[in-house]
Amino acid sequence: MGEVVVITSGKGGVWKTTATANIGTALAMMGKKVALVDTDIGLRKLDLVLGLENRIVFHLVDVTSGNCRLKQALIRDKRLDGLYFLPAAQTRDKTAVVPKQMEELCFELKQEFDYVLIDCPAGIEQGFKNAIAGADQALVVTNPEISAVRDADRIIGLLESSEIKTCRLIVNRIRPQMVKRGNMLDVDDILDNLRIDLIGIVPEDESILISTNKGEPAVYNSSSKAGEAFRNIARRLTGEEVPFLKLEASESWGWIKRLFGLRHAR
Amino acid sequence: MLEFLLRFFGRDSTSSSKNIARERLRLVLVHDRINVSPQLLESLKEDLIRVISHYMEIDESSLEVSLNSVDDNSVALVANIPVLKMKRITRESTMYQEG
Repeated sequence: MGEVVVITSGKGGVWKTTATANIGTALAMMGKKVALVDTDIGLRKLDLVLGLENRIVFHLVDVTSGNCRLKQALIRDKRLDGLYFLPAAQTRDKTAVVPKQMEELCFELKQEFDYVLIDCPAGIEQGFKNAIAGADQALVVTNPEISAVRDADRIIGLLESSEIKTCRLIVNRIRPQMVKRGNMLDVDDILDNLRIDLIGIVPEDESILISTNKGEPAVYNSSSKAGEAFRNIARRLTGEEVPFLKLEASESWGWIKRLFGLRHAR
Repeated sequence: MLEFLLRFFGRDSTSSSKNIARERLRLVLVHDRINVSPQLLESLKEDLIRVISHYMEIDESSLEVSLNSVDDNSVALVANIPVLKMKRITRESTMYQEG
């Protein structure tokens, strides 16, 4: 039986959906059978990050309300055989699904898949409760900003009182130059405050925005630092021991490269 | 001059925004976790001033009352109360005189 992993954060804009798409894609690249579920009903995004927005016929609410079978609603990825996607409904709201239905859906999915990744909406209301209902473990996503860390702390508290016992942290959008200059919290500052294990550190990277423009997760791009970080998270999720990326502030050379126009967007 | 140079090169750790963020984060998490509002702390502070003022003159403007997390599950109430001078006639002795 597979493992259901919810990706959650409290705060919006921390690259939760980006994390879901990239970790899911990376797992599928490793040969795992993966289902990605967008539970952000009314504000779906995962379809865009995966580049599957034109293939949607049925959605999550169609499945939970019995309008179609689960197999009919699952969209197969255009590049990877083992990757499937269940989109959220765009014209309904979070109350269209209840936690019990999500539990049943997750149970059904993990019979078939090695990993089921649930993309959780921002907030701590019904959407959050739905998203965590069927999960075995959680990945809490935060940014090196106090507002995001505070929300992550709240989420960790809520997860502790749920049935989810494994809960690990992703620090997204780190900017090594700013950390070096003393203008950004570093990973240790965050870990000192949140009592939770770390599973990944992802640098803020232009390649993420470019890959979202294209609808092609950054893990496909071998020269993307963020893509590499997400591939490492996927490996750690499968139990592999992978050392954390050394994020260096390449500031001193960066400006020279920029001066000579050597810094092209990849 | 040295301070200027340090700031210019971004090495002045005391004024870096990271340290401000770290301190603000620490405080806000302590408060969030034990569910104490800043108002509650403010009224505790006022009560402390009132009681202590019976016995000594204190510097109210630089009085600090805060909650700190000691380790994982315990919280300490830390009060830093600068004393200007002791009052000669304490409340107790006044009471004796009256009695």
